[in-house]
Amino acid sequence: MQISFTLNGRPTTVDVEPATLVAELLREQLNLTGTHIGCDTSQCGACVVHLDGLPVKSCTLLAPALDGATLLTIEGLQGAPGSNQMHPMQEAFREHHGLQCGFCTPGMLMTAVALATEKPDLTEADVRHGLEGNICRCTGYQNIVVSVMAGAAAMNAAKGE
Amino acid sequence: MKPFAYHQPDGIPDAAKLLISIEDSKLVAGGMTLIPTLKQRLASPAALVDLSKLGSLKGLADGGTTITIGAMTPHAVVAASKLVQTKIPGLAALASMIGDPAVRSRGTIGGSVANNDPAADYPAGVLGLGATIITSKREIAADKFFLGLFETALEPGEIITAIRFPMPLKAGYAKFKAPASRYALVGVFVAKFADGVRVAVTGAGPGVFRVPPMESALSENFDPSAIAAIKINTDGLTSDIHAEADYRAHLVTVMAKRAVDAALS
Repeated sequence: MQISFTLNGRPTTVDVEPATLVAELLREQLNLTGTHIGCDTSQCGACVVHLDGLPVKSCTLLAPALDGATLLTIEGLQGAPGSNQMHPMQEAFREHHGLQCGFCTPGMLMTAVALATEKPDLTEADVRHGLEGNICRCTGYQNIVVSVMAGAAAMNAAKGE
Repeated sequence: MKPFAYHQPDGIPDAAKLLISIEDSKLVAGGMTLIPTLKQRLASPAALVDLSKLGSLKGLADGGTTITIGAMTPHAVVAASKLVQTKIPGLAALASMIGDPAVRSRGTIGGSVANNDPAADYPAGVLGLGATIITSKREIAADKFFLGLFETALEPGEIITAIRFPMPLKAGYAKFKAPASRYALVGVFVAKFADGVRVAVTGAGPGVFRVPPMESALSENFDPSAIAAIKINTDGLTSDIHAEADYRAHLVTVMAKRAVDAALS
């Protein structure tokens, strides 16, 4: 079947089998390998993308669900348009050492941006509850939580400018 | 996944027709259970009938003494609904505890209730509040709907369109999560109405069930202390890698007390 959607701001049309997962479509057909497949059982969250602005696990989403929708992947995350800067959440992860091996990071970032967008005044408890679906095997989460708090604050500051 | 045909009907009658006419077809709502099942090849339907184009199944309606939630309403919408937060805060709390944010973006109340997973959260809320399941054919009381392990009163081709919840005086939910899946090892929903209290338990057995001794004790005195001494029988409770039946029985009392606490706070 043919599906059309907006992918990181660009209109995209692809032919897919209905039994295609969005994570597969992104990585294997569209060559966007920033979306990682960790567990492939919807536990780990490495594959989180935004579907119409909401965080979803792309390993547990069928490609037909994209038809007519807007999809944002880690490749589409960016700082101020035209600035060639990283997104404030990405900057915060770099600044606060929110990653070690980096495998879970794309999903952490996408979940973190969704959390901060939904609730600008995030508490640490909100962050820990909100990251329940994202597993990191390196950091012990402490620096990730610190990064998300800092990234959320930076996103608020950027909004105010 | 094995290949399947994909249908996106734009009306309930069309969806029902597809379900009946295509042998071995399945409904897909949010897909949070079905897609993992397909990936593990535990199911390989010939066709999926996707309800996502049916906008009439999404959203919440304030009926004065009831709240009606469309079957395709995602958990995140119920959790964030001011209406539910104000009128049935226990139900909003339950929705906010399901899975994780990504699951709550996609997973739907109708899908959860139709699937009737023995450890899912919503069945406890639906049975605990004595809700009514509205389908493409009829209305079914929660007490007659959940029949056991993944079994419901739904007939072939029958589609849940909405769930109607009566507004309780107080209600609360507490669950002990299985840490990896965040399903309920045991979850208890408690609701107090003018004519009595309902207590529904998920996760502990092969299906959601009520606890009459706790209901009568709480109807007399709606306080955690009223049920502290009530132990439930381990017969028929689940024993598995996560917990033995006696531990689950213990957790039912603990979670019920916490649910009453939550309802009172």
